[in-house]
Parts: sequence; structure tokens; C-alpha cells
Amino acid sequence: MTNPIKFLQGNEACVEGALYAGLEFFAGYPITPSTEIAEHLSQRLPEQGGKFIQMEDEIASMCAIIGASLTGRKVMTATSGPGFSLKQEAIGYACMAEIPCVIANVQRGGPSTGNPTHVSQGDVNQARWGTHGDHNIIALTASNHQDIFAITVDAFNMAETYRTPVILLLDEAVGHLREKLVIPEEGELAIVDRLRTALPKGVDYHPYLPREDGRLPMSDFGGDRRYNVTGLFHDMWGFPSNNPQVVRDLLRHLIDKIDNNIQAITRYKEHYLEDAEYIFVSFGSSARSAIHLAKSRRDRGEKIGVLELQSIWPFPAEMVREKCRGAKAVLVVEMNMGQVMAQVKAAVDEPGRVFLANRIDGKLITPEDIKKLLRVIQGRGV
Amino acid sequence: MAVKDYLRERFFPHMWCPGCGHGTVLNALLRAVEELQLNKNDIVMTSGIGCSARISGYVDFHSLHTLHGRALAFATGVKLSKPDLKLLVPMGDGDALAIGGNHFIHACRRNIDITAIIMNNRIYGMTGGQFSPLSGPDKKATTAPYLTIDAEFDIVEVSKAAGATFVARSTTYHVKEATEMLKKAISHKGFSVVEILSQCPTHYGRKNREGDAVQMMTGYRDNTAKLGSKALADNPSLIPRGIFVDQARPEYCQEYDNIIAKASRNRAA
Repeated sequence: MTNPIKFLQGNEACVEGALYAGLEFFAGYPITPSTEIAEHLSQRLPEQGGKFIQMEDEIASMCAIIGASLTGRKVMTATSGPGFSLKQEAIGYACMAEIPCVIANVQRGGPSTGNPTHVSQGDVNQARWGTHGDHNIIALTASNHQDIFAITVDAFNMAETYRTPVILLLDEAVGHLREKLVIPEEGELAIVDRLRTALPKGVDYHPYLPREDGRLPMSDFGGDRRYNVTGLFHDMWGFPSNNPQVVRDLLRHLIDKIDNNIQAITRYKEHYLEDAEYIFVSFGSSARSAIHLAKSRRDRGEKIGVLELQSIWPFPAEMVREKCRGAKAVLVVEMNMGQVMAQVKAAVDEPGRVFLANRIDGKLITPEDIKKLLRVIQGRGV
Repeated sequence: MAVKDYLRERFFPHMWCPGCGHGTVLNALLRAVEELQLNKNDIVMTSGIGCSARISGYVDFHSLHTLHGRALAFATGVKLSKPDLKLLVPMGDGDALAIGGNHFIHACRRNIDITAIIMNNRIYGMTGGQFSPLSGPDKKATTAPYLTIDAEFDIVEVSKAAGATFVARSTTYHVKEATEMLKKAISHKGFSVVEILSQCPTHYGRKNREGDAVQMMTGYRDNTAKLGSKALADNPSLIPRGIFVDQARPEYCQEYDNIIAKASRNRAA
């Protein structure tokens, strides 16, 4: 038996989580700072009979995993920055055709080629709205390797449950950081397998007719059920339609199937949050600095806590509102120009008490950076 | 089985214009599938966007109607994931060689066992008649009111150069010949390309004074010649038809099986 205790990169923790969740097919294209995910999977997947393919570009790798998913496999791709932009067309396809898949985006500085080897969290809104048209999406994140492992398993489970692309919004700092990971034993974390149709042969299968609970049982390509999959608006057979009723019903279904399950999807952690007067809302590697500062201030008796988001989309507005109620100030700690802050402001009762503690120069935000703003807000000078 | 057993009649009538060559290509393709006695459950037809791409909706196979130019990338995922499936990928000329050009050359290079059927009508029909990379110079199109200045690709030459291991060309006039080529292409172990010249009287023919469907098809008869024929030797300016490449080279999914065997040994060791 192999040692379950590892010392590795965040990107490798993601790989371990994906394999634990049952990943069978990966397609990718080299890009910093996510490349280690592809490198490790090129070795690990064939060892267990899985498939790895390096495609000709980012677009093709996104398309290839969608194709593979339709044959019944759990699939994933990984990318960063410009690669995430390129994949958006096919991510929209996966939303529309309801194909389970996981996309890891190890964020780097942007826009454009930007700051490839440095950290950023600037893709929060792109994860939500990168592809055109109304749609819904799930985006998850984590700040340490044990959590990256678990949230990666969650990503696969949610992709299968809701038949949707799930974005793993990691970042360069946590992706390249090395720390300890303990691989959970088999069965320790729940694994969701694909819901497949149980209709007997001879009974018409309607691939795009949602059940009462909004779920759509699938049928693998190569099986007895032959049906059409398209990125066009489509009816219950999967055949293109521009009938206004069909268009409206499908769009509502795509939005509702995720919004109606926001509580089941929401993931977060509380650090010293009980009775906190000052709350840091943060995620990913930024949360590590926020937690560090909160802990040192708690040791001095100050009531400071951290609400660490692990699911960003759908944004858990109700939960954030609840947790931030009564706080003297809420500092959103992130490495962008306030993408999560805008969501927090929209969620809380007193948006005037929400402040941004950010860093956008490619350097990891430090406890010192956050402390400077906190002092100003607390009226203790600059 | 009769050819109509391969159709989803529920989805008819089809959306192609009167005189369009694409229905003839569908006919040739279904006859090839029928004569090869393939099981419908084993076929995945993957297509992109355009008039040609709509063919996948009409056939009673597993069908995957994808994004403009990207059909081969989706098909690669399906095939590598489940190599027992037969992948048929009908494409338009713009779909295959403009927006999908990169996917096309890399599918050729990889030699993955997929059959690409390029329905070349030298125009973007669905969007109303813009020139394509197959139109060639001095052609009229809605985006070339002063005539095109772009040189065209030769699909056969591009496929050969990129490494396709089966390359053929026919026309909608030569539908029985096209059927035979499709049978060979589908049976070929590796990446196969069949270009079928297919008339678009609505947009290309009308604007370029090539007449109606019958006149355009007569043109295919008069302006093409079989590879190795006397007609071609006498008149090298004719468009050659036939099988240009038919060679054996290791197929991608089989090669990947070797990787799996190697990796499993590594793990065991």
C-alpha cells in the first residue's frame, strides 16, 4: 500500500482529488501555471487504464473532454489565463447540451498574456460570465491542499449531479505551493456516479426531458439509445428548435437547476467567525493571509474572523448576508479589483461597511497588506 | 436494412435548398454504411456548424452537432474514450479548413481512426453566400462584391501534407463512385478524408453564373477526370478524382493502448 501522506504542489493535490473522484479522461494544452496538472495526469491516467491526450490547442482540449464525457467517462481539463478565455465557447456548449465536465483554471495575472508566472484572482467574473448568453455555472475554490483535494472531488460530484461544467478556480500561489496532503481512504469521501436512464428497451428515451427534480438521466454514446446532442436550443429529443416555448423552458431549466440547489452547492469555512466584529471574506491563497492575520489578532483579544468562500458561483448571497450581519466592517480580501467584493456588497444589509483589501501586482497579498487597511477602518491611523 | 432505416424521419423535411448537393452526399454515405452492414449503435456522427453539419440530425446514429469548426476535436474525444465506435464527421469547406483548419491538420497528423467527409461547395451557404477558403480567386460572393483575391486550398494536397493515411475526392455527380470511396474510407484504419464536390446553386452557382443544380453537376462531369485516366493525361487542368493516398501507419488509439500497457507495467514494477 502506498503512503497516504504526501508532500506536493496544489496542482498535484488537484490531480489526486480528480483521480479519487473517478477521472478517466483528460485533454489539455500546456500553459503556465496549470501545466503540472497535465504532466502528472499524463503519467497517472494510463497507469489505471484512463486516457490522456495533449490536443492541438485549448479549444480542442475542451471539445475533446465533452466528446469523451458523452461516452460515459468522468472528464477534466486544466488551463490558465488566455487558455480559459479560449475554452469559453465550448464551456457554453457544455452548459447548453448539459455535459458533465470539470475545468481547472489555475489563475494568473491578466488581461491577455498578462503575468503568466504570478498569482491573481482576476477570473472570478470570467468563470461566471465568460461564455455568451444567459447560463448558469458552478465555480469552486480552496486555499490549502487538503481542501483542494476535497473540493476537486466535490467538483466532479456536482458536474455529474447537475450535468454542468464545474470550474475549479485555483490560483498560481496555491497551485505551486508545496505542503502536506493526506489522501483520504477509499469511501471516506462520497463519490457521485452518473445518473443513467433505467428505462427498459423499447420505451422511448427523451434525453432532454427533465425529471420532476430537474435531473436528466443520461445514456452513453455506443449504447442502445441513439439521440441528438446540439448547442442549439433543443426539444426533449435533443433536436434543434426555435419554438418560443421550447427556448424559454430550456433556458429557465438551465438557470433553475443550479439556482434551486444553491444550498446544496454552497461550500465555505468559518475561522474565528463567532462574535467577530470585523470579518474578512476571502478565498483561495488570499484566504491564507486573512486567516493568518485573524489568528494573530485573536491572540491579542481582537474580535476578528474569516469567512472563507469555497463556492463562488452560484454566489451564496444569503449565507454571506447571514454571516456578515452586525459586523462593524467587512473586508473582502482578494487579488483583483473587487470582483467578489461587488457580490458581497450586493448581498449584505449594509454595503457601506464593505471594503476591499486587495493586491493586483502579481505578488501574494500579505497579512501586512490587510493590516494596513484594517488600521484605517478601525480608526487607528495609517 | 433499407437506407430509410438509417434516417430519423421525425426530423424531416430537411433544411437544404432545392438542388443542394448535400442530400446526395447523405444518400452516398448511408448506402456506404448499409453496404458495410454497420450497426447503428456503433456509429457516432459528429458535425460542426453550417448547412453540411445539419446532416447529423437526420441520421439515426448517435449524433453530436457541435461548434463551428470543432467537430473533429469533439470526435477525437469520443474516439479515444471509446475506440470501438465508428466516427463519421461530415464537414463543410469553411467548417473544415477555415475555422476548423487547425483541428483538421492535427487530426490528419495524429492518424486517429475517424472519417472526415468534406462537402465542398466553395461557399458559406447558411450565412447567405460569403466566400470560403475553397472559393478561389475571381469569384463573386456577398463579402466579395469586387471578386475574391484569395487563393484556395486544395483539400487533397492539404490532407496529404498533414499526414492523412486515406485521401479521396469525388463529386455529387459521381455518387456511386463516392459511395465506394466512403466504404473504403470508413473501413480504413486511420484518419481518412473524402472530399465530395457538392453544388450550392442558391449562393455559389447563381452569383458565379454556373447555372442551376443540373448545370453545376454537369460541370462536375465535364471538369473532372479519374486519376490515371487518359482524359486527365490529355488535360491536366481537369480536377482529378479518385483515391490519392491509402497507406498504413500506426493508428492513434492503438498506439495509446501501448502507452497503457507500458504505464501499467511501470506501476506494477
